[in-house]
Amino acid sequence: MRERVPVWLVVPVVIGLVFLLAPVVALVQRAPWSELGHELASGPVRTALRLSLVTSLAATVLAMVLGVPLAWVLARSEWRLLRLVRAVTLLPLVLPPVVGGVALLLALGSRGLIGQWLDRTFGLTLPFTTAGAVVAELFVALPFAVVTVEAGLRAVDRRLEEAAATLGAGPWRRFWRVSMPLAAPSLAAGAALCGARALGEFGATITFAGNLPGRTQTLPLAVYLELQTRPEVAVLLSLVLLTVSVVVLVALRGRWVGLGRP
Amino acid sequence: MRRVAATAVLAATLASCAGPRPGGHATVFAASSLTEAFAALARAARPGRGISITFDFAGSQQLAAQLEQGAPADVVAAADRATLEGLRRAGRLAGAPVAFATNRLEIVVRHGNPARVTSLADLARTGLKVVLADPRVPAGGYAAQALAHAGAVVHPVSLEDNVKSVVTKVGLGEADAGIAYVTDVPAAGGEVTGVAVAERDQVVATYTAAILKDAPHPGPARSFLAFVRSPAGQAVLQRFGFGPP
Repeated sequence: MRERVPVWLVVPVVIGLVFLLAPVVALVQRAPWSELGHELASGPVRTALRLSLVTSLAATVLAMVLGVPLAWVLARSEWRLLRLVRAVTLLPLVLPPVVGGVALLLALGSRGLIGQWLDRTFGLTLPFTTAGAVVAELFVALPFAVVTVEAGLRAVDRRLEEAAATLGAGPWRRFWRVSMPLAAPSLAAGAALCGARALGEFGATITFAGNLPGRTQTLPLAVYLELQTRPEVAVLLSLVLLTVSVVVLVALRGRWVGLGRP
Repeated sequence: MRRVAATAVLAATLASCAGPRPGGHATVFAASSLTEAFAALARAARPGRGISITFDFAGSQQLAAQLEQGAPADVVAAADRATLEGLRRAGRLAGAPVAFATNRLEIVVRHGNPARVTSLADLARTGLKVVLADPRVPAGGYAAQALAHAGAVVHPVSLEDNVKSVVTKVGLGEADAGIAYVTDVPAAGGEVTGVAVAERDQVVATYTAAILKDAPHPGPARSFLAFVRSPAGQAVLQRFGFGPP
């Protein structure tokens, strides 16, 4: 049965939609379209764009490597402390990114909890490096991979895994040959969402990795700094980020909202 | 990004005052290097004026961007002349900007100066991690001038969006050295050590302030600005290391 929308819900629905859409419309309307090609081809913009693509791609790959096993554990294990594990993986979702950046500095900075050991043992320092920007993006984007893939794994028909077990497939083989292919759509969705979040990361990056063109100044940082002196360039860069977001949404279509269904 | 909104409520006794209210509330947008001094000024304004002030501290260029987009504020105080000149041209100021303080550059290094930095030229040393303010931030512009004058070619590891972040990165030990204002070193509370910039390379920053054209509270704004320029206000600024305008 189709639900009729109660009349008194229409007003907040319309206000909500206008509220969400108006900033996007304003951005598109204010964009200096004639300068688009010229500015996008200019050195600073290309540098930020390239750096953003590289770092968000690296963060996404790492997020999948770490996130899929975490998602599998959350979806399949019946461990007592699982709720704690879930809380930990979700933390960056609710933590303000700037706080994440400060926490990363205290953990992975050259005098940090783990960072001083990394520095002493491997001579590895993360702040002010591209690797540091990747780490900041990974921190905020990882939950997106975990949550999405976990939902996908939960939707997989467990009987297929059990059937594989009765046919003699070990846990490792079942994971790779049954669970993963069945959860493939959620893997793609998780990677896409994760990538989009990593691409948009600002607070943790500027706090933990600093701001240097070509090394740690990703697109959102460039937007923020350009807004202070060349607002039209900031609008253009924002359009690039907006386009990526729309592409990700379209690519996912209804999948994101449909994931939770059995 | 460091934005501190410090509210100093000084009007506790106002309710009992008779006659015209001398106080009121004002919103002040101020350069991040003014953080500690302006908070103290707001406290010192208590006895006579009873003004309660809300601050927004950020890099001067960011304040300008916010104000150009119409952020509601009563007073703007920047670490240079150019920021307010830009706002004046954009028609955002009620009057001419006034100079109210000066500041000077200082090299900031980790506590105790383990890297043994003694001059601007040392900042060009390979392997030394230097953070500067972005050239669009007044402090970054001054630093670039001073370095150019000293003939030092520095490759910073980061260009921070306000001068306080420069000091923070050095204080946390992530960077070995940076360039900030002399007032930032005592403000950091012993986490960093200051190394003087040679007199010939020194750049003097002139701080300017003005009341905004559409200030919601022009009365308290004028009181605050007058207090900043009064002998009592100047004494507070000088206690924090600022020079006279």
